[in-house]
Amino acid sequence: MMSPNPHRPKLYLLAALTLCGGISYFQSYLNPYYYQIIIYIGINIILASSLNIINGLAGQFSLGHAGFMAIGAYASSVISTSLNLPPGSLWEPFLFLGALIFGGIMASLCGLLVGVPCLRLRGDYLAITTLGFGEIIRVIIQNLDFLGAARGFSGITKVSNFFWVYGLVSILIFLIYGLLNSTYGKGFLAVRDDEVAAEAIGINTTYYKVVAFVTGAFFAGIAGGLYAHFVTYINPSQFGFIKSFEIVVMVVVGGMGSIVGVIISAVLLTILPEALRAMAQYRMVIYSLLLIVIMLSRPQGLFGGHINWRRFRRNTGSRV
Amino acid sequence: MTESLQQIINGISLGSIYALIALGYTMIYGVLRFINFAHGDVFMIGAFVGFYLTPFIHRMFGGSVILVGVVVVLCAMAICSLLGIIIEKVAYRPLRSRPKLTILITAIGVSLFLEYGGQLIFGPDPKLFPTLIPSLTVFESQGVILNVNSLIVMATAFILMLILRFIVFKTKMGTAMRAVSYSHQAASLMGINIDTVVTTVFAIGSSLAAAAAILYASVYPSINPLMGIFPGLKAFIAAVLGGIGNLYGAALGGLIIGLIETFVTGYISSTYRDAIVFSILIFILLLKPSGIMGRFEAEKV
Repeated sequence: MMSPNPHRPKLYLLAALTLCGGISYFQSYLNPYYYQIIIYIGINIILASSLNIINGLAGQFSLGHAGFMAIGAYASSVISTSLNLPPGSLWEPFLFLGALIFGGIMASLCGLLVGVPCLRLRGDYLAITTLGFGEIIRVIIQNLDFLGAARGFSGITKVSNFFWVYGLVSILIFLIYGLLNSTYGKGFLAVRDDEVAAEAIGINTTYYKVVAFVTGAFFAGIAGGLYAHFVTYINPSQFGFIKSFEIVVMVVVGGMGSIVGVIISAVLLTILPEALRAMAQYRMVIYSLLLIVIMLSRPQGLFGGHINWRRFRRNTGSRV
Repeated sequence: MTESLQQIINGISLGSIYALIALGYTMIYGVLRFINFAHGDVFMIGAFVGFYLTPFIHRMFGGSVILVGVVVVLCAMAICSLLGIIIEKVAYRPLRSRPKLTILITAIGVSLFLEYGGQLIFGPDPKLFPTLIPSLTVFESQGVILNVNSLIVMATAFILMLILRFIVFKTKMGTAMRAVSYSHQAASLMGINIDTVVTTVFAIGSSLAAAAAILYASVYPSINPLMGIFPGLKAFIAAVLGGIGNLYGAALGGLIIGLIETFVTGYISSTYRDAIVFSILIFILLLKPSGIMGRFEAEKV
């Protein structure tokens, strides 16, 4: 579906970036606790939306997203600490951007590595294989001494701020909408909706699955980089499969394939545990019940499928 | 040489536990064509049932070690088969006609629910499983030790597999199970009640997991609510390695994975143990997705 003005999305993106830049000038006035939650919300939006490309749009089921995030976090931190980012200098933003992209590329190379064997698998097998890959990545990092092994990696400069996180959120959302309206997007949806039929009409399903994996992994890597440069200390246990499950829950609750739904659920599921701090030990129990109940009663997700707001409908026009 | 022989004994003992869990995966996959992610957590519940029941049963039956052990295993099997039936009824049955992904996500949900529900109820810290089998040495020669523990584990696993073989190949219910695993539609046209068969399969699979849990916990006595994840995943890998849907394959796969794991731990490093087992899964799926003994199925439109 074409927008009336083909340049409109670009204008939106520009406006969003300007807005992020503007807001980030005032970030120091924010309560640091709220600021931290706002940053986590942005990072989770990137993680959930990137998983949504794999799980929602291309219909593959990945349980190893935290592994890609770990690779991005470690790769970008290695680059930024070895370059010794001088805080506040003119070069800092460019070096940081370079480090983030390097992290993203490393993650997407691993996505390629995962994607290629996984093309032959579907559903359950794919889920367990990606889970296994995530664990393999974690075990390898745990045994690499120059990454700090199990002690973790510290001394990362704190560069991520409101502008970086939400700027990248805006770029990702812009790219996903662009992707949806492109040949690739249509290819993803065809693979998701009926793989055999897609293959029969000449779609190279393998290729589209790999592209989905690589793109999803790239942004997970970027999210990892942003996270590492916000918390300044990372260790392998932060990227275990519980993290992967959390991202999956965000996507499933929001509605697989629904871009807006996934963003809303990423926001809600980041705020909710903070608001319910007193009930922290119930968090995973609630998440798991949420998964079961949603699958039993509303498999399209809380916000996926039928939202009567016409704008949302058009944008998520994927559900043909 | 001595060390390898010792590793082989340990590997077969561990492998027969994996084989018992893998049989549950493979049977459920056989009739429903989906992987019961929660199977490893049913295994964990089995261990906790044993943990809480043993002191009680000990008081009831007193001194006889064998009797206490057998009763604990039977109780854990009964309770877990009930749990398996409930899981199937509540979470999987309503979704049977829905897309595969829906059941998969539900199964992940059930698995997480058991793990974290378990953490709430049993507490997250590891507990020491009571000693069911006294650690005696049956046989020792040139440094190779065969103790009662591994002998009992192997014997119990073997007996349970024989019983399972009898049920599946010699009884009417077993015939029904095999029929359902070929085709739901044809089986139900022949007058087989699919729901009953699926319930039975869940009951049997879960009770095998419970037996495996008691055996596992008496070899590795530290139990905690997340203990089911890795044995569950490895047993799944064993089932895939042997050819999912095939009973002999699951038993064979379990033994192979057990042996590989003990050899990696003994000769390479225990930190890489899990990573290597996962790489086996990836290689199998790449080279021969139907497994060692599985039959190939083309996907039909």
